[in-house]
Amino acid sequence: MKASTDQHPGRPLPPFEGYSSTGRLERVLRSGKFAITAELAPPDSALAEDVYERARLFDGYVDGMNATDGSGAHCHMSSVAMCALLTNVGYSPVLQISCRDKNRIAIQGDVLGAAAMGVSNVLCLSGDGVQVGDHPEAKPVFDLDSMSLLETIRIMRDESRFLSGRPITSPPQMFLGAAENPGAPPTDFRPYRLAKKITAGAQFIQTQYIFDVEQLRLFMAKSRDLGLLEQCFVLAGVGPLASARTALWIRNNVPGIYIPDEIIKRLEGASEPKQEGRKICVELIQQVREIEGVSGVHVMAYRQEEAVGEIIQQSGVLEGRVPWYPGCEIQSSYA
Amino acid sequence: MYKVRQWSVTHSRKLEALYRNFEPVLIRLHPLFKTLGYGRLEKPVRVAEKAIKGLMFDCRMCGKCALGATGMSCPMNCPKSIRNGPCGGVRLNGHCEVKPDMRCVWVDAWRGSQQMRDSQAIHQVQIPVNNLLRGSSSWLRVVRDDHTARDSETAQ
Repeated sequence: MKASTDQHPGRPLPPFEGYSSTGRLERVLRSGKFAITAELAPPDSALAEDVYERARLFDGYVDGMNATDGSGAHCHMSSVAMCALLTNVGYSPVLQISCRDKNRIAIQGDVLGAAAMGVSNVLCLSGDGVQVGDHPEAKPVFDLDSMSLLETIRIMRDESRFLSGRPITSPPQMFLGAAENPGAPPTDFRPYRLAKKITAGAQFIQTQYIFDVEQLRLFMAKSRDLGLLEQCFVLAGVGPLASARTALWIRNNVPGIYIPDEIIKRLEGASEPKQEGRKICVELIQQVREIEGVSGVHVMAYRQEEAVGEIIQQSGVLEGRVPWYPGCEIQSSYA
Repeated sequence: MYKVRQWSVTHSRKLEALYRNFEPVLIRLHPLFKTLGYGRLEKPVRVAEKAIKGLMFDCRMCGKCALGATGMSCPMNCPKSIRNGPCGGVRLNGHCEVKPDMRCVWVDAWRGSQQMRDSQAIHQVQIPVNNLLRGSSSWLRVVRDDHTARDSETAQ
């Protein structure tokens, strides 16, 4: 299916039968193209231009950008506000919602507000514990968890009501996403957990950083056996490592990210570790792309955002496609 | 107590069998509970339930017991109160990202659930906790809900 070319890609697209949203990310995924999303780090400022400056780095390379929601339990500009700024000029953001900071009343209000501002995608997360952040003394909320959050938004969208049962007159048309970490224990439970997330409403998955491709391959094979791959799109999480030291620090201090020794050795032996890290990332993208059921990649280039374009270009996964961005001349390239 | 909690997970199948026998007894006691008054019973039953389940599972009295679906590992001990499976931050040794000395309650839950007769219950999506029920007896609610369901069936 192809969207009509006279539609402006920066505006909500004409609704398609069976589609949940009017956004570009869902179109790209459903059309079978390899989708690219990237993580957009929120600024510690009240300046809109800071958001646009960061977003522009991804121009022409991504089909969606994730506006993180207090990631690592650190305080930054809110995801809803970033998404509002981004949709204002036509970008395709992914709203991230963490259950750590808001209860069901606040979350449902944010979902309606974001949808009203043209946000088409939402990633439902439990969120990091407050203990790892810059406000460890804060009160953790966790009124919902990632699963019940998915279900809540699905109910709002498909049943036009709040969790309380009160009707919603115009439901939020959201493409629903969730996270998964194929490498985290208990690994044999992970594919079943994906099944659970799909039942709760997940339509796309963005994974934690994948450095162990074999691990992802096993997870995907099991998910295929469970019949899950026809029911959701999986975007593998990737990112460049700056040096062996950074890699070791991450491995020892960031729970949930597993970096094999071979990668650390490669970085150690490189004369230009930063370049080597990017090269590894390009190779990882090319490798995960070959795995059945991987529909795209989610690039998390923390403090190396300027390298995202180059990494994607070198990986060749866009195959000449130029995802639409504000100011882009080509209009039909988003699907 | 952490050690007892771990023991409970290891013996999830026996505890499941125990509860399977215990629940019908509770349900049969409904006429007695009704005569005595559920309101009046709430406090003593709550105290007993809290003492027993507190010792066995480090129960937090969330009011909606999910132990049967969580391998006898109470999900409210998760620092993020996740009732639907492990988060993505579980350490390679299976410990919690927030409390490194504690094993992830969902690593335990998965282990416990796979020994139980109802090993599929863990795959059900659990709805969020009703905070109005926090601190109340889950046992009495099971009995009351059972009879409300039966009454409505008879009414139909």
